[in-house]
Amino acid sequence: MAPTRLTPFTLVAAIAAALLTGALALPVVALVLRSEPGALLGRMAQPGVLEALRLSLITSVAATALVVVLGTPLAWLLASRAFPGRRAVEVLVQLPMVLPPTVAGVALLLAFGRMGIAGRAFALAGLTLPFTTLGVVVAQAFMAAPFYVLAARAGFASVDRRLIEAARAARADEGHAFRRIVLPLAAPTLAAGMAMTLARALGEFGATITFAGNLPGVTRTLPLAVYLALQTDLDAAITLSVLLLVMSVALLVALRALPASWPGGPGAPGPARH
Amino acid sequence: MLQARLVTRRGPFALDLELSAPERATLVVVGENGSGKTTLLRLLAGLDRPDAGHVRVDGATWFDAATGVNAPPERRSVGWVPQDLALFPHLNAAENVAFGLHAQGVPRDAAGTRTAAMLARLGIAGLADRRPGALSGGERQRVALGRALVLEPRLLLLDEPFAALDRQTRRGVRGELRRLLAGLPCVTVFVTHDPTEALAFGDRIVVLEDGRASQAGDRDDLLRHPRSPYVAEFLGLNLFRGTVTARADGVAHVACDGGTLAVADDGADGEVLVVIAPHEIVLARERPAGSALNVFAGLVEELTPEPPQGERVRVRIASRPPLVAEVTRASAEAMGLAPGVPVHASFKATGTRVFR
Repeated sequence: MAPTRLTPFTLVAAIAAALLTGALALPVVALVLRSEPGALLGRMAQPGVLEALRLSLITSVAATALVVVLGTPLAWLLASRAFPGRRAVEVLVQLPMVLPPTVAGVALLLAFGRMGIAGRAFALAGLTLPFTTLGVVVAQAFMAAPFYVLAARAGFASVDRRLIEAARAARADEGHAFRRIVLPLAAPTLAAGMAMTLARALGEFGATITFAGNLPGVTRTLPLAVYLALQTDLDAAITLSVLLLVMSVALLVALRALPASWPGGPGAPGPARH
Repeated sequence: MLQARLVTRRGPFALDLELSAPERATLVVVGENGSGKTTLLRLLAGLDRPDAGHVRVDGATWFDAATGVNAPPERRSVGWVPQDLALFPHLNAAENVAFGLHAQGVPRDAAGTRTAAMLARLGIAGLADRRPGALSGGERQRVALGRALVLEPRLLLLDEPFAALDRQTRRGVRGELRRLLAGLPCVTVFVTHDPTEALAFGDRIVVLEDGRASQAGDRDDLLRHPRSPYVAEFLGLNLFRGTVTARADGVAHVACDGGTLAVADDGADGEVLVVIAPHEIVLARERPAGSALNVFAGLVEELTPEPPQGERVRVRIASRPPLVAEVTRASAEAMGLAPGVPVHASFKATGTRVFR
């Protein structure tokens, strides 16, 4: 990077950058300042807090797992194959990112609700989604899936086709080549996608409360608990918020630390190019 | 043994080629960039599907358009060394070599033994735990060869094996590869754009032009009877096999069938190939007085316009050793060159190329 000289253009850019950075930092700083670290641990022990934390962890990890299991094959197909309707699938995959979460919640109700299109079939199989923990997982997975699928697709697409061909010519079938070449080389991007997905699932509010409701111990995740606490007990809301903030920051830090040290990551040498 | 006919069309490019090679042979396909060399190898490896034709290796049918047989790459006994080598960057040298063995489900112990033996054979046992990024060009090439050869393929495919190497490395690696290929029990298809490589490596040489074989035959056949301007220009070279007998002041003396040549000394010992481009050879009616170390007298045997309607003439001289020179039509006429006329052919030691 070139050393920065203070030209008028740089100055204007710096001022704009400072404004936005400040706007991003200020709420976080306010939250941290207003929290009392000493009292945090004590409040954590309050009955609803641990319950919501436990539920949030379980559902967001489950949602991430669901997205990884179903999203990895989809991402691979999108990255490596041309097939009819591919454009439509790409738009669908991105849709949750632009859809208001409450709208997603309503749509999920119409699809998976008791009288919904797929809901009846689920009911016959003995599965109920709305207002259950499973419903929370589905809502979170729906909202967070794009983060993983888009990252994974980019990761897969960045694996040099020639390496896959070399693997095939070295007598690896498609599955072996995928496991031993594609997955390890795309791993940093997949991990980044998983972290983003986990973070998005952890913070999910709108689709969850619309589709799964707000039942303590069943569907009341941390973000819902924060909203509820805000009505009655500001300090409790702050405690919960700090908890979520710490988890999000931890994920972000882990995310940034990952790729550089990973074999096959951006820092690792690639094949020679000509 | 390889028998193949490959027909394919990709947009404006069409390939239509018949290839055959006996057991253990090295078949060199030489052609300019874009002539279809890499396409050909991809079709043989099963990475692309031909539109028509067949591929048979040692009695096994890998592809046959007529019956719809098309074995995927992993079901073909090929060794694949692509031009860019395509080593797996996240695996070390030993893991790269062992990759195919693991893919084939060879037990871990056996795979380890075979991998170690292959690394030792290629002289890279000490580099087993290095990743490709920490290897030199020549070392990477050995790893790629090892990855292909450890599977004991029936068909070895080499795509411009020297393209990724610098000039210095290339020189040493060429000789090694030639010895290695000579000892292999499989058919090797070697593609290159460099005619001197083709002459050095090929038992049989196929000249590829615009997706078609403009000529196929053994080395001598090509040298004596170039059938197209391209072949004449790129393969009409003087090639001699001989032994280094003496060296002094940067000049080595190579004894070959017909006589002794003075060549630029690159430190090679033992048997070497010497290549002299026809335009490096100067013709004169009188014995030249200059500094050229190589002067050979003989009668003109044949004159061939080159290109066929062109302004240059290829002159075959019955000297010892026999030489092919290329001169302008004007100078050929000025010297009164015709079959039976005695001439002196000379060239400088620096005008030669030597291969081990």
